[in-house]
Amino acid sequence: MLDDTKSNKVLVEVKDLKMHFPIHAGIFKKRVGEVKAVDGISFDIYEGETLGLVGESGCGKSTAGRAILRLYDITEGSVKIDGVEIGDTPQPNLRKMRPTMQMVFQDPQASLNPRMSVAAIIGEPLNEHSDMSKAEKREKVLSLMDQVGLNRDFANRYPHEFSGGQRQRIGIARALALNPKFIVCDEPIAALDVSIQAQVVNLLEDLQEEFGLTYLFISHDLSMVRHIADRVAVMYLGRVVELASRETLFSDPKHPYTQALLSAVPEPDPWLEEKVDRILLEGDVPSPSNPPKGCNFCTRCPQVMEICKTEEPPTVEIAPGHIAACHLYS
Amino acid sequence: MTDATASTNVQAPRPPRNQWWDVWDQFKTHKGAMAGLIFFVFIVAAVYLGPYVWTLDPTYIDIRARNSGPSLAHPFGADQLGRDILARMLQGGQVSISVGLTAMGLSLVLGTFVGVLAGYWKRLDGLLMRLTDLFLALPLLPLLLVIIMLFRDPLRAMFGLETGIFILIVFVIGITSWMQTARIVRGDVLALKEREYVLAARSIGTPSQRVVMRHILPNIMSPIMVSATLGIANAIITESALSFLGLGFPPDYPTWGRLLFDAKDMIQQYPERVIWPGLAISLTVLAVNYIGDGLRDALDPRIRGR
Repeated sequence: MLDDTKSNKVLVEVKDLKMHFPIHAGIFKKRVGEVKAVDGISFDIYEGETLGLVGESGCGKSTAGRAILRLYDITEGSVKIDGVEIGDTPQPNLRKMRPTMQMVFQDPQASLNPRMSVAAIIGEPLNEHSDMSKAEKREKVLSLMDQVGLNRDFANRYPHEFSGGQRQRIGIARALALNPKFIVCDEPIAALDVSIQAQVVNLLEDLQEEFGLTYLFISHDLSMVRHIADRVAVMYLGRVVELASRETLFSDPKHPYTQALLSAVPEPDPWLEEKVDRILLEGDVPSPSNPPKGCNFCTRCPQVMEICKTEEPPTVEIAPGHIAACHLYS
Repeated sequence: MTDATASTNVQAPRPPRNQWWDVWDQFKTHKGAMAGLIFFVFIVAAVYLGPYVWTLDPTYIDIRARNSGPSLAHPFGADQLGRDILARMLQGGQVSISVGLTAMGLSLVLGTFVGVLAGYWKRLDGLLMRLTDLFLALPLLPLLLVIIMLFRDPLRAMFGLETGIFILIVFVIGITSWMQTARIVRGDVLALKEREYVLAARSIGTPSQRVVMRHILPNIMSPIMVSATLGIANAIITESALSFLGLGFPPDYPTWGRLLFDAKDMIQQYPERVIWPGLAISLTVLAVNYIGDGLRDALDPRIRGR
């Protein structure tokens, strides 16, 4: 069903993306090390599809999303969006690319300026990138509000007067204002109630169908990713450990980390819940400023081998469209 | 269409209302701010229009009335030379209020500018904040002496006696009082620029200067407003101190501060001469404080409508 909206055109191409944040310490603020938040990730996103990016807290999902949109100056690697290389473009030159790529933020409270009315917030991208007249802008803002299911009468209100779900709709309307092709959704539902989560996710799906949008959907909620994503990438400590289509990943996970992650999804049926065989990981995630030698997962992997502690696993294609970075498969 | 039908009828969106009307509506509900505004308007009107009604020359010496108490001829009394105190208060108020407002404005603009630059652009931070520290560490009095020694005569020659001194005083007070504002503003900008809505603006492609104007400045309104209202009081009092030291306006030129200092020698015989200018200074400062308070509340949409 989803296949007819998908094409084989690659819209976003990420290659060896690295985002390291320097650590400064001491009196002279010497650079003493770096946090390797994103440490060499590569993937493609096809036009019209949703790529889910999952992983636990602090594994670099959000940083990856922001680095792809060049909200940070990336350390290394290349990002191509719609055929244009933006990895090393200086910030001022990125301005004309901005309408193609937009972002929906995690915390709808923090991502809206409390001093601007809803119309002003949604209209900001139009002010920046279009030369519409005041009346045209107003009309466009109101039609965007219709599209995300907000009452037109709310245009003059301020963000604090809305509920979390409504605020997230404002954020989505702002992202849609410039008719982007690619939207990074940075945990758009993490700060919302479960009942509202479903509404927002359905809204995102409807909009995708209507405008042919491409999403990078960042989340730690596996059930939600299973619902919305076409393909899923799993991240651990700054690296992509496994990437596969949704069906394959959820039915046949290859990487030990993916297996552990999937086994942690709660089972709604209490009878089945008792029988679930959970893989419990020992210990904590190592510090991204000092990742272990060899495979990043070797300190906690239940199937660890000698080679894992010395050599970095290569990324291999196990089956068509299913890649994993693990010594078990190389 | 009235408001009642607009809220029930979804099809008719209300036309955009200028948000300054909302601000004014909220401002009106703040009783202290309204009282302050009325008093401030009254004082300003009195000192600027008063001399046309009370036409006595503030420098006219009526030697027979010297040291007299309130009377019909001199409602506030007369000073030790027999000059009418009401007329001197009115003229002094013109100078004090305009020095207070302009010097506050200058220090506010300077402080906000330095604070925003230092907070938003990391490269400028170290340099500008050390400059601020430098100004804070300067001994003010010798600095003022030097500035006034150097620039008093050229400015007088250029703009005339009173305007020259006015410009000098405003400038001197302005450049010696912006540091607190700069520090407060920098701190707030540092916190605000990490907020997600600033990141959102950058993801839209808004250039830095517009991010500052649209997202940062409106959100640091409260601390700026507070330091502005405190700044007026400070400027009026610094001007008094400068006049007292003989560095400000010439001795026969009345300002509220000078009236206060002239009268303090005879506070035991004629306490009312201290009370009039003292009261004028404190009430003006209080009124401005209340106006600032009301304005700060009115500009915040989260408080508005409560």
